[in-house]
Amino acid sequence: MPDIQALVSDLASKLRKRRVQGSYETARLTAELLCAVILQHKEPTTNGAASLIEAVRRVGEQLIAANPVELAVGNIVRHVLHIIREEDLSPLTDIVGELKLSAEDDVEDIAEDENSQKSSATTDGCLLKPPLLLAVFEHLPDSATACQTFSSENIFAGKADKSAKKLKSELIKAVNELIEDINTCREGIAEQAMELIHQNEVILTLGHSKFVKEFLCAAKEKKRSFEVFIADGAPKFEGHILAKELDKKGLKAIVITDSAVFAMISRVNMVIVGVHAVMANGGVIAPAGLHVLALAAKKHDVPFVVVASTHELCSLYPHNLEVLLNEMRCPSELLNFEEFSDCIDYGIASSSSLLHVVNPAFDYVPPELISLFVTDIGGYSPSYIYRLIADYYSSEDLPPQQKPAS
Amino acid sequence: MGAQKKRAAAAAAAARVSEDPDDLARQPLQAILLADSFTTKFRPITLERPKVLLPLVNVPMINYTLAWLEAAGVAEVFVFCCAHSKQVIDYLENSEWFSQPNFTVKTIESHNIISAGDALRLIYEQNVIHGDFVLISGDTVSNMSLTQALQEHKERKKKDNNAVMTMIIKKSKPSPITRQSRLGTDELFMAIDPNTKQLLYYEDKADHSKGTICLDKMLLAENPSISLHNDKQDCYIDICSPEVLSLFTDNFDYQHLRRHFVKGLLLDDIMGYKIFTHEIHSSYAARIDNYRSYDIVSKDIIQRWTYPYVPDVKFCGNRATKLERRGMYRALEIEQSRSAQVGSFTVIGYGTKIGSNSKISDSVIGEGCTIGSNVLIEGSYIWDNVIIEDGCELRHVIVCDGVIMKAGAVLKPGVVLSFKVVIGERFVVPAYSKVSLLQQPTVHDSDEELEYADNSSGTVEFSCTADQSNGEMTSESSEAHKPKLGTGGVGYIWSICEGGQEEEWRHSVAPIPEDKLTELSEAMDDDQELVTQDRTALSTSGELISDSNASEGDDNEDSKDDSVYFEKEVEATFLRAVEENVKVDHVILEVNSLRLSYNMTSADCAGAVFYSMMKLAIKTPHSSAIGLLTLYPSPFSMVASNAYPIYLSGELQQNTANIITTWQKLLKSYLLEIDEEIEIILKFEEMCLESAKEFSPLFARILHILYDKDILQEDAILRWADEKEGADESDKVFVRQSEKFIQWLREASEEED
Repeated sequence: MPDIQALVSDLASKLRKRRVQGSYETARLTAELLCAVILQHKEPTTNGAASLIEAVRRVGEQLIAANPVELAVGNIVRHVLHIIREEDLSPLTDIVGELKLSAEDDVEDIAEDENSQKSSATTDGCLLKPPLLLAVFEHLPDSATACQTFSSENIFAGKADKSAKKLKSELIKAVNELIEDINTCREGIAEQAMELIHQNEVILTLGHSKFVKEFLCAAKEKKRSFEVFIADGAPKFEGHILAKELDKKGLKAIVITDSAVFAMISRVNMVIVGVHAVMANGGVIAPAGLHVLALAAKKHDVPFVVVASTHELCSLYPHNLEVLLNEMRCPSELLNFEEFSDCIDYGIASSSSLLHVVNPAFDYVPPELISLFVTDIGGYSPSYIYRLIADYYSSEDLPPQQKPAS
Repeated sequence: MGAQKKRAAAAAAAARVSEDPDDLARQPLQAILLADSFTTKFRPITLERPKVLLPLVNVPMINYTLAWLEAAGVAEVFVFCCAHSKQVIDYLENSEWFSQPNFTVKTIESHNIISAGDALRLIYEQNVIHGDFVLISGDTVSNMSLTQALQEHKERKKKDNNAVMTMIIKKSKPSPITRQSRLGTDELFMAIDPNTKQLLYYEDKADHSKGTICLDKMLLAENPSISLHNDKQDCYIDICSPEVLSLFTDNFDYQHLRRHFVKGLLLDDIMGYKIFTHEIHSSYAARIDNYRSYDIVSKDIIQRWTYPYVPDVKFCGNRATKLERRGMYRALEIEQSRSAQVGSFTVIGYGTKIGSNSKISDSVIGEGCTIGSNVLIEGSYIWDNVIIEDGCELRHVIVCDGVIMKAGAVLKPGVVLSFKVVIGERFVVPAYSKVSLLQQPTVHDSDEELEYADNSSGTVEFSCTADQSNGEMTSESSEAHKPKLGTGGVGYIWSICEGGQEEEWRHSVAPIPEDKLTELSEAMDDDQELVTQDRTALSTSGELISDSNASEGDDNEDSKDDSVYFEKEVEATFLRAVEENVKVDHVILEVNSLRLSYNMTSADCAGAVFYSMMKLAIKTPHSSAIGLLTLYPSPFSMVASNAYPIYLSGELQQNTANIITTWQKLLKSYLLEIDEEIEIILKFEEMCLESAKEFSPLFARILHILYDKDILQEDAILRWADEKEGADESDKVFVRQSEKFIQWLREASEEED
């Protein structure tokens, strides 16, 4: 088995050097790495889940710091943490039940506490405040040591050991499921294509997204006939790649420039795009140019559909997007350095360089411009995204600056 | 013995390479990184710290090179350390480069090496390079992908075992005024075969004063096509085959990679080794060769042309830095006064404090600096832990670690402050001065930093240091130097030698001042005038070039040039025809093709052909009367030409007659109208007046010959005489000389009537 630390630093350096890019790829690699972390984690006899959470969190921090722009990394880390907490809950209730029998006075408070938490969770579920499971869990060691003093030690220790092993295998199973989900999310999304794409419709998309491609191909395979406009997605022009791929599948594709989207939008029945990340408020971070497209779609009341998988769901709010979560890419994608090297000659005092090239990778599209999210677990409106996030992540794992308190 | 040894070594190298050619493809890529530039351009900074460890946008340069090598798929890097090798090795040991998976960094240390050539010889002896390798120096910033260049190199190598090196080049126009690229390097001339991309000629030290470069004639003869570039930049990234190392060993006088090795290979046609080029377009590559390129590359990095090697990407364990609006990079824990203005494209390092009302723009500030209030920093590079007190002004300067600037000190553009210098209160450091704690080295202790003396700037520095006597003067001069930096100042201002001062602005960190540019462009205009003057002078004083076209060409230089060239070409064609006995028809064909390519009229052709014929006529008697003609080598004065003995003019007349008889068909083919005939007469007249005065006494006789041979008709001659009627007296010399002949012609025509 390779050293975990080496694996972690390897992925971290890949992320740092921008050698792994794209939400799907990063999500898959992160999930696989975290699976290895859990597998190799040597648990202390007590308090297994907490140390596991700590281990995963530490790895997660390294990976997130490596490239904060790849939000999928953070999403997967938080989701895995959530899984650990969830899995930890089931044996915990057993133990709590056990404890209730042996030391009723002590545990009653906890149980009550837990119950109240649970009830509050169900009532407050919509408030992005899922049950504070860690709080329940953290009560345990104290009470456990408390009860150990007067209840039978052996029984409890055996139980804990057993539960730890059980926890780990359950976890591995759950994380493997997650990896499986990541790998198959495209099919999940594509399944819904038939419901959304109708006969003889005109679809507009921008750039290249694997999800969009699968989505369109799925509809095509079911013998739907429709037309696709592809805005080429400057400066990388990945739309050209999509056009070639669709052509291979026998789909009618028409390439237009990004600047022509407004001219073409009146002929379009639906806009379908892939995005980089879905924010907690239902807005999306998407390849540059999508905001314009979304505004054009809004102007003409064309439905703007975003296809996204659950690993793109991000628990962050877009407060300071331009500074926090954008990537300024290389200007040479836009223009040729050689041709402009005269204009960017700083060596001459009189003509201090006035030409600058800015190449932001992403746009932020606010939720009010988005009609529908199509995810691998179904279609949702932007206003429902926060619920999904509450389902997927525990509030303790959200980064501190995102907590309402700070 | 030397040759024997050479051959043996070459054979050994060949054997080693040809072991298993298939294995080459699978072999992990190796690289040699020279962590020493073997120059003195970064002095005085490099006296205390090796160049590769100097921070470039707050990251030591070598990291850019290593990060690129790793990304480019190099598996093993040999870092050759020489000057300050301990510092380099210590730095690498503490960095993360030694702990990278799939990327090994090994250091090779040596202290008695003074050139890149020696370094490569040493590496060859160690026998660590087994396949193709990348040769790069530790001050190169790039983000190019090596895959394609490497592939091309391997394929060429497979086809031609002599293709030993692929040089990476990039387009970069040199400034027409300063004759240097934007990176501050001299204009580079390269001749490249456009089809095979083979490098045929390389000259980085062209003599601009002459405005000419010399190409070997063989180059033009041997290559079907050749393109000469002055707009390419050498990136100093080379993909080499292992033979390169053995070549260095064989030729122990190779020191410099370009000046000796590349030029040596290009000149050496015995071994037939070839160098090829690979041009990169959108990706970035540049070497930091001098202070100007330090400035330019830093700005390119800030502008993100080197992506992903930019400050906010942690490519080598650099501090977390965030890119904010307007291209501002800020590390963490910066204390900045609210009233401080930090402008765009500025990098501010970790833990730096900036006081109120300070203005910073286009600059890089290192870690842990303290900047007081009302400080102005513009286009400058401030390294780590620098203290700048209130009211200082810094414009386009480099300030090294630990410098203290007392309140009110001013640094003029181009100043370089080396480590831990203290500048006194309100002291103004003059432009382009270099200040260091160490004294300017004299000739004797100059091997402190091992350096390479073949460098022209280096030698200049030597000569200037020589006049500063060492020994007993040291203490005196140190006292003399100290107050130069104001009260409380510590450090020596290095003297700039006279020759250096001239050129200092070229390679300085400060942009080229405007007055220099205007000065230069004026100088260039003067030069151009000189050149054109030269050319006209040449064409008039040069052997026999007629000025016939001068009058029509005055307003249009191009057409004048053209006609001069055209005449020369026709003459060359004609002479060749005479020598090789080419048939007249063929000569006509050739002249016609020339006429088409120069877009000339048939009158021009007639003039040119006639001119060639006359010239030939003059040349022929030369053979029989060499003695005379060396005495009067060119027809300088009327006296000389008048003094020609009669027998000579007789001979000349005979010769002319012969030649005209032989080639009359050629001449006639261009004499379609009377205008062309007149043109010939005018031409002849001019020749007699200016370039071929030998003919002047013979004018009338030769005119007669031409008439006899039916080349000129009487109408033409008469019209010429009529035209001349109203001209100046001086113009009428020849009309008068041939008066009798004309008279006779007139009478004859009247008789006919």
